[in-house]
Amino acid sequence: MQSLISRPWLWAWLAAIAVFALSIALSGAAQAGGLLYAALSFGAFAAIVGIGQMLVITLGPGNIDLSIPAVMTLAGTLALKAMDGAPGTALLGLGVALLVGLGAGAANFALIRLLRLPPIIATLAASLLYQSLAIWSNRGLRIKPPAALADFATGRTLGVPNVALIGVLLALVVWWLLERGLWGRWLLATGQNPRAARLAGVPVERVRASAYLSVALLAGLAGYLLASFSGGAALNMGQQYLLLSIAVVVIGGTSIAGGFSNVPGVWGAALFMFLVVSMLNAYGFDAGARMMLTGVIIIAIVVAANARRRRT
Amino acid sequence: MNTPQPVEAVVALRGVHKQFGAVRAIDGIDLALAPGECVGLVGHNGAGKSTLVNLINGTLKPSQGEIDSHVTRGGRGSAIRSVFQELSLCPNLSAAENLRIAHPTLKGLGWRRRAGAEIRTSLDQVFPGHGIDTDARVDTLSIAQRQMIEIAIGFAPRGGQARLVILDEPTSSLDAGIAEQLLAHVERFCAEGGTVVFISHMLGEIFRVASRIVVMQDGRVVAERESAGFDRDSLVDAMGHVAQHAPSGEQRRHAEGSAPAGAASETVIEDAAGLSARRGEIVGLAGLAGHGQAEALAKLYFAGTSGWRAPRKPRMAFVAGDRGRDGVLPLWSILRNLSLSVLPAGARRGAVDRRAEATLGREWQQRIGIRSDDLGNPITSLSGGNQQKVLFARALASSAPIVVMDDPMRGVDVGTKQEVYALIRAEADAGRTFLWYSTETEEVCQCDRVFVFRDGKISAELSGAEISEERILAASFEMQEN
Repeated sequence: MQSLISRPWLWAWLAAIAVFALSIALSGAAQAGGLLYAALSFGAFAAIVGIGQMLVITLGPGNIDLSIPAVMTLAGTLALKAMDGAPGTALLGLGVALLVGLGAGAANFALIRLLRLPPIIATLAASLLYQSLAIWSNRGLRIKPPAALADFATGRTLGVPNVALIGVLLALVVWWLLERGLWGRWLLATGQNPRAARLAGVPVERVRASAYLSVALLAGLAGYLLASFSGGAALNMGQQYLLLSIAVVVIGGTSIAGGFSNVPGVWGAALFMFLVVSMLNAYGFDAGARMMLTGVIIIAIVVAANARRRRT
Repeated sequence: MNTPQPVEAVVALRGVHKQFGAVRAIDGIDLALAPGECVGLVGHNGAGKSTLVNLINGTLKPSQGEIDSHVTRGGRGSAIRSVFQELSLCPNLSAAENLRIAHPTLKGLGWRRRAGAEIRTSLDQVFPGHGIDTDARVDTLSIAQRQMIEIAIGFAPRGGQARLVILDEPTSSLDAGIAEQLLAHVERFCAEGGTVVFISHMLGEIFRVASRIVVMQDGRVVAERESAGFDRDSLVDAMGHVAQHAPSGEQRRHAEGSAPAGAASETVIEDAAGLSARRGEIVGLAGLAGHGQAEALAKLYFAGTSGWRAPRKPRMAFVAGDRGRDGVLPLWSILRNLSLSVLPAGARRGAVDRRAEATLGREWQQRIGIRSDDLGNPITSLSGGNQQKVLFARALASSAPIVVMDDPMRGVDVGTKQEVYALIRAEADAGRTFLWYSTETEEVCQCDRVFVFRDGKISAELSGAEISEERILAASFEMQEN
C-alpha cells in the first residue's frame, strides 16, 4: 500500500477518475461510455506527444521541445498532400509524416549541438521554420485523407478507439525501453548528471540525439493521425499541444529536474486534461473561465503531487 | 594534555542514541568536548561518525539521550561549525557570497565587500598565501580551493565566534603542504581555547593534532584515550581492522626481483603533454592539488572514449573523486549505480540482463565490502566512503583495459584502502593499466611510475626507486624557488 501511494503516476490517475466522476454526476451515467470513448480518442494525441516530450524533459534541466505543434502541422499537411486523398496511400502518408518528424528532430538536435543553442530557443526558432513550410505548402487548400485512413483513425477495435490503441502500444514500447532497456538506463543516467554519465561510459550525445529524434517522430505520427482523425490538416491543428505536451508530463509525475520518467502518468494526465475541459464545458463555463480553471487545476495537482512526493 | 572534568564542556552527550528506521546509526554514546582540546574521531566508513557530527551540531535530534551545551548550538548563528567532506558550497556563488549564507546578520549596503573582507581574513589566517580569488564563482575553483574556502568559512567569526569546529575529512582533497597549514591552524585555535573535532582516515594527521582520540565502531565508542596512549597499530586494531602494511610498489618489485611491471610491454597511452602508460602499469599523477592533474585525466578520458558509441569492451573506465560532480547518480539505487558501465557488455537486443546485474552486484558487494543490507537502497543512503567503493566497483567490474582514477580514495577508511591497493595491484598484474591521480604521497608510492604536475604541465617523470616523497615535493615546488 505504501509503495502504491508513493507511485508518482497515481495522482494523475486519481485526478482523472475524480473528474470523470464529477462529469458523470452532472450528465448522468448514460453518458459515461461516450465520455470515456471521447477521452480515450482525444487523450491519445496528447499522450503520444506527451511521451515524446517526457523523453526530452528526462534529459535534464533546459531540455524541452517546443516545436511539437509545428512538426505536427507540417507532418499532417505534407502527409495529406502526398496522399492526395487517393486510396491505398495510407502507408505513403505515414512514411512522409515520419520522415518530416525525423528531419525536424535532426534539425533541432543539429541546432542544439552544433550551434550550442539552448533547446528552448533552438526548438522555438525551428518551429517558426516548420510552421512557415506548412503554410507555404498548404496554401489554404484542404485535402481530405483517404477514406480508409479516415475510417481507421476515427474507428474502433473491440470498442476501443484505434488511436488510443496506438497510443497505448507506444506507451508500452517506451515503458519497456525505460524500465528494461539499456537505452532507458542511459537516458535516466544522462538526465541525472550528464558528466557523471559520460564518465561512466554512457554515450550521452547519442542518447540526447535519440531523444530529440524520438519526440519529433512521435509529433510527426501524432500530426498524421490527428489530420486523418479530423478530416484534414489545419494550420492551427497543433496549437493546443504545446501546453498539453508539457502539462501531461508534469502532471504525470515525471521529474522536471530530469533523470526520472513516468510513462503511465502521462496517459493518466492526458485523460485528465481532456476530462477537465469537457467537464467545464458540461457545467456551462465559457471559454475564458474554462481556460482559467484549467490553469488553476493544473497548478493545484502539480502542487499536490509535489508535496506528496516530498513527504515520502 | 587536557583533562575534561574541571572545565565546563562545550558540548556534552549523555546516553545518546539515534535511529533511522531500523538502522541504529548511533547506539549509546557519552562524550564531553572541553574547551581547548582537539578530539580525533576515527572509525570505518559507516561507523556513525557523520551522524555523530550532525547530532553535535544540532542538525539531528537524538532519538534518545541528552545533549547539553552552553554555546549557541544549531541554527545559523551557531558557535558550533561543521565542515563536511562532501563539499557543500553553492557552486554558482563566490566565496564571499557563500560566507553570507552562513552569516545571517551580514546585511545592508556593502555586505559583499564586508563578506569578502571577512572570508579573506579567515583564509589568510588558516592558509597563508592561499592565492584564492574570493570573488570568483566557486565552480571555477579547484576542489582543493573549494575545500579551503569551506574550512575558512567554518573558522570565520560570522558575527560571533567559533567555539567548536568539526572537521570531517578536511584534508582529503588537500595536498601535504596545505594540509600542514590547516593542522597548524587547528593547534593555534585550540591553544586559544577553541575546540576541534577532527575526523580523518589519515592517522598521521590524527596523531599530529589530536589531544584525545575517540574510536567509533557500529555507532558506539569502542576506545577513547589520550593520543599518547595509542600508536598506529593499536589505533587501527581498535578500529577493528587488522593493520596490513601493503608493500609499496618499490618493495614489491624488489621482493619479486623483477624489472618494473610492464617495462617490456607495449605503450597503451601516449598524449601530447607527455603522459604515457604501458600495459599493466600503474602510473601515478602527483604534485600539488589543482595543478592540472584532474584536467589531464579528464581530457585523456574524453579523448579516449566517445559520446556516441558505447562498445561492449570499453577502452577506459573512470573512477571519480569528486563524487557529486563526476560519479554518483543520486536518484538511483546502489545496484544501478554500480552496474552502469558494465551494462553494454551484458545487454541482449538492447535489454538489460537484470539477473546478471544482480549477480554482479552481490559479487562486488562482497569483494569490496559495500555496507548495505540491500543493494536496492538509494546510493545516497550510503556513507561517502561506501559510495566511493561503489564507484570503484563500477570501473573495475568493466572490462576496460585502462582505468583512470581521479583522486579516488577520498573518504575511504584505512582498511578498505589497503584492500583496494591490493585489488589494483592484482588487476595491474593481470594486464590492466591504471592512471592514478592522488593527493596522498602514500598512494603515489604504490605506483610504478609517477608524473609530477606543476602549473598544468608535467615537471618530472619518476620511476622505480626514484619515487619518494622528497623527489615529488621537489618537483612540485621547483618553479617557486626560481
